[in-house]
Amino acid sequence: MYSSHLYRGEQAPSGFNIGDAVLDLTRSPILSPKSSSNLTAVNSSPLHLHFGAINHASVASLDVAAPTAAAAAHADAGRIAFSRGQIENWGDSAMVVSSPLTDTSTDVEIEDRTKMFGGIQQGAIVCVDSSALSEGKAGDQKTLRRLAQNREAARKSRLRKKAYVQQLENSRIKLVQLEQVLQRARQQGILIASGFVGDHSYSIGGNGALAFDLEYARWLEDHQRRINDLRSALNSQVNDDELRLIVETFMGHYDEVFRLKSIGIKSDVFHILSGMWTTPAERCFMWLGGFRSSELLKILVSHLEPLTDQQLMGLCNLQHSSQQAEDALSQGMEALQQSLSETLASASLVPAGGADNVSNYMGQMTIAMGKLSTLENFLRQADLLRQQTLQQMHRILTTRQAARALLTISDYFSRLRALSSLWLARPRD
Amino acid sequence: MHYQAASAAAEAWGYVAAARGATMDALERVERLAGESAVVIFSVSTCCMCHAVKRLFCGMGVSPMVVELDEDPRGGEMERALARLLGGGGVAVAGSAAVPVVFIGGKLVGAMDRVMAAHINGTLVPLLKDAGALWL
Repeated sequence: MYSSHLYRGEQAPSGFNIGDAVLDLTRSPILSPKSSSNLTAVNSSPLHLHFGAINHASVASLDVAAPTAAAAAHADAGRIAFSRGQIENWGDSAMVVSSPLTDTSTDVEIEDRTKMFGGIQQGAIVCVDSSALSEGKAGDQKTLRRLAQNREAARKSRLRKKAYVQQLENSRIKLVQLEQVLQRARQQGILIASGFVGDHSYSIGGNGALAFDLEYARWLEDHQRRINDLRSALNSQVNDDELRLIVETFMGHYDEVFRLKSIGIKSDVFHILSGMWTTPAERCFMWLGGFRSSELLKILVSHLEPLTDQQLMGLCNLQHSSQQAEDALSQGMEALQQSLSETLASASLVPAGGADNVSNYMGQMTIAMGKLSTLENFLRQADLLRQQTLQQMHRILTTRQAARALLTISDYFSRLRALSSLWLARPRD
Repeated sequence: MHYQAASAAAEAWGYVAAARGATMDALERVERLAGESAVVIFSVSTCCMCHAVKRLFCGMGVSPMVVELDEDPRGGEMERALARLLGGGGVAVAGSAAVPVVFIGGKLVGAMDRVMAAHINGTLVPLLKDAGALWL
């Protein structure tokens, strides 16, 4: 009798786990070409007839038909054993061994064996003799290698899928933004040429808001591309010098959006202030035409650990001072609004004739106009605050930390944009 | 926050503006006023950005001296002098006034953008401490 791992009484191939099974049947004399006569015999007749008599089967009993083969099988130290139950089952069910075999291993040897088994009408369950592991080790390693390769391929596939989904998401957001821009353009009755002029596209109408929206959409697309580059650079562990260069270029790209906003503020301050160039969720958090630096810093501090004590203090101070600056500008804005409403209210609200009233009205309007023009200054100061906060953050952090910080910030805004998309697309009654 | 009318000087009450003012040109006046307190803000009472910069310093616990140029008979000249002092370094916004302009420890810091930049990069607080406007 041979000691072996036996798969007993299982009729369904799915129950087998022979991933680590080594089938070395090519060495089996029973199935070797030499004893093909036996196989032929098996093939030509229903198995159950042939083996029906073998109720207490050992390999030896198989050798009823081929004693020499049996002896050789014995000599093979029982690498293969057919369980008695399985032999009985051969006639009863079609056990397909080939599928589990091919599923788990593409080892050539095993494939050959399945082919050989394919010649047999009913599949055979084959098992590994644990005592023969040394012989099977080469096969084991091959299997392990195959498994590792499979895992690696699966992992890469998952990463590719993730990248693709991310790309789709970005395209979708961009699409939503472009649709918004188009809708506004149609409302304003401006024809858009099929090819947009790249820089300073004020040739498209004289409309500052539209021009800004287009430039911003273009910048955002560029930004996403750079974010992906930065992310892959950080993950692929480029050396510090290269990373520093990438981060510096990235910061320069941020300067570009502030330049665009500066132009936008001068051409249409209310458009920038309204936030209609951003997505709804971003607009919700908007402060003076953009993001709140102090809020960003709060988010960053928790995502950038480990930080040195000095860095932590630097970031906290930065958050504190940006908060103070924001508060100061906010109070200035409140004063502006109050002053404006007082100006408009002080002009005689009672409709009355007379030159005095008219000139009074015109005078107040002129004052109001002057006050409104300071709005541009406030938005400009707010942008400067944002820009300087980013630069100071860059100074405090190491290159790698700065890269992570920029990615964190970008991810946060991506989520806000994604939230906006979801909200806009939500099912409504 | 305490307001210095143009007719007051740091060293004495009962000071007569006309006599002194005639012998000084606007720039000198500006510089003299700037040296009279640790933090001096040249402002216009109706200017909202000036209000913002005042709130910034108050929020930090600093008590600046404010010179309201629209309440000074020589305010206009001083404003022009300040504009020249700032040169082209300030933020050029359409129709911008020269104010607010901030001096700390008698030295020119600049307009709102300079002040905020200094605060963000951490140089404002040491400057204030050196001038004695802030104590830990």
